[in-house]
Amino acid sequence: MTSLAPGRALRPPGSPPAPRTGRGRRRSASRRRALLGLALAAPALVLVTVFFLVPLVLTFWMSLHNWPLMGRARFVGLDNYSRAVGDENFLRALRFTLLYTVVITPVLLVLGLFLALLVRRPVRGARFFQSVFFMPVCIGLASGSFLWLYLGQSQIGPLFDLLRRAGLVDASDNLFADVTTALALVIAMVTWKVVGLQMLLLLSGLQSIPDEVVEAARIDGAGGWQLFRWITLPLLRPTLALVLVFSVAGSLLAFDQFFIMTGGGPSNSTITAVYQVYRISFTSFRLGYGAALSVLLMVILAAVSAVQMLLLRGTDHN
Amino acid sequence: MRTIIGDVRSTVPRIAWWVICLALTVVFLYPLYVMLSMAFKGPTEAGLIPPTLFPHELSLASFRRLASVQGLNVFGNVLNSVVVTLGATAGTVVLSTLAGYAFARARFPGSGILFFLALATFMIPFQAVITPLFKVMQVLHLNNSLLGLAIVYITFNLPFGLFIMRNSFAALPASLEEAALVDGCGILGAIRSVLLPVVMPGVITTALLTFFATWNEFFAALILITEQDKFTLPVTLTLVSSGQFGTVNWGSLQAGVALTIIPCIVVYVLLQRYYVSGMLSGALK
Repeated sequence: MTSLAPGRALRPPGSPPAPRTGRGRRRSASRRRALLGLALAAPALVLVTVFFLVPLVLTFWMSLHNWPLMGRARFVGLDNYSRAVGDENFLRALRFTLLYTVVITPVLLVLGLFLALLVRRPVRGARFFQSVFFMPVCIGLASGSFLWLYLGQSQIGPLFDLLRRAGLVDASDNLFADVTTALALVIAMVTWKVVGLQMLLLLSGLQSIPDEVVEAARIDGAGGWQLFRWITLPLLRPTLALVLVFSVAGSLLAFDQFFIMTGGGPSNSTITAVYQVYRISFTSFRLGYGAALSVLLMVILAAVSAVQMLLLRGTDHN
Repeated sequence: MRTIIGDVRSTVPRIAWWVICLALTVVFLYPLYVMLSMAFKGPTEAGLIPPTLFPHELSLASFRRLASVQGLNVFGNVLNSVVVTLGATAGTVVLSTLAGYAFARARFPGSGILFFLALATFMIPFQAVITPLFKVMQVLHLNNSLLGLAIVYITFNLPFGLFIMRNSFAALPASLEEAALVDGCGILGAIRSVLLPVVMPGVITTALLTFFATWNEFFAALILITEQDKFTLPVTLTLVSSGQFGTVNWGSLQAGVALTIIPCIVVYVLLQRYYVSGMLSGALK
């Protein structure tokens, strides 16, 4: 913030004030304006600094320490990191998070695109269906999880009852006791809750495809599927990329849905990376180790995003 | 005339399109219907196996039971949610409007880099800094406090708000502000009486996004609040759903879920235009 010192109007110290010419007045008015700008931005900047930038820097600092909830922190260098790479619980959480991401991403992408194509035309009813499919987006992930926890509950849950009537499960089954069905339920809930957002983003991408391009392709004799394959899909690539990055980042950070719906079970098989950070930091109170896991998580997130960006940019030139 | 880009609509007959859309509507609304019907079932019916599809009689018993769970003050927790959400929303709107104006109109040395830093909160998920954030809150004596939670929510909603408000102000012609200044109001007066009405859509969008994000927030509330009396609604529901107060009462849990979801649905239905445009501008920055 020291850059605020009047850089351009430097005068030797002690020299008499500059004469008030027209230019000087304008300059002082613009400096007043800059000061006002700083004053208006200051509260926001202070909050971001204290509650985001400081914790961000502190993450790295804490990760180098053995840091209990109470008592003194002890510097341990990179010990936390070397422990993390051999920590079977953390590695299992990472593997599960990746599995979840790999499974749910195509589901969201394909269904989102299907919904977008379905409700895209300015025909009667399309706008209504858009609103309905987008509605669960405004519901919290936590509330959705509590709702679906009940839906899939053995015996008493309505969704369980439907599956039982369809002959897919036995009355004695417990969908949350098996890792596959528990994961399937979570994926169904998350898809129901967020696919509307994918639909909306892809819809706006579709809207931006120019009519002339499509018209030209039609004159060349392209049919529905060919138009989709050779015009829509390539021109939609930037939007698809965006949706992909969004859903991958969101899935890698999954917490609420597993904490609430599966509680990490059965036998710790659905603990995600953020869930493991939570357990280390706030149930074992090993804050330093938790911070180290957070750093690793950030590195993985950044790497995955970078790879996605590179891949998508790379294919753009072809 | 709009041409056809491989829409599903163009390849299936009109009737089939309606059938598909209506079937999907049932799928999307079914969980919400189940929640409502369960919340309003009487106690005997709520426990029936297999569950009934339509409630035979409407009853508020589940809500009453939710309110009278021993050791829990659920409606106090609803109030906590309301206070934190309104506080965080008001704070985010005010701070991002002031700063948005500054970054768009009253630039100062270093404002570019500071704007970038403020937006960086976008790129780094706040789940990744929760451990040290907990420590910072402890040092500032803001842990286990609704004020502290609201401040955290303001911080993590600021990037969206800043982005939207800066764009709103940047889109205004400079002459608008100059005219107000010539008319003799100060800059703050000009912002309030001339610019603010014009950027109102941005303000509403910021308020809505913050409202939904904070009302529904679970992770930070779970960690930063440790006393039951200060819990927000989503965290309270973990106690109901874990059966900590006897067996799980599914009717009461769905009553609690309904309390959380219904305000969102109402706000969404009333103001969806702003919400949708906010989602788009936030995503497509």
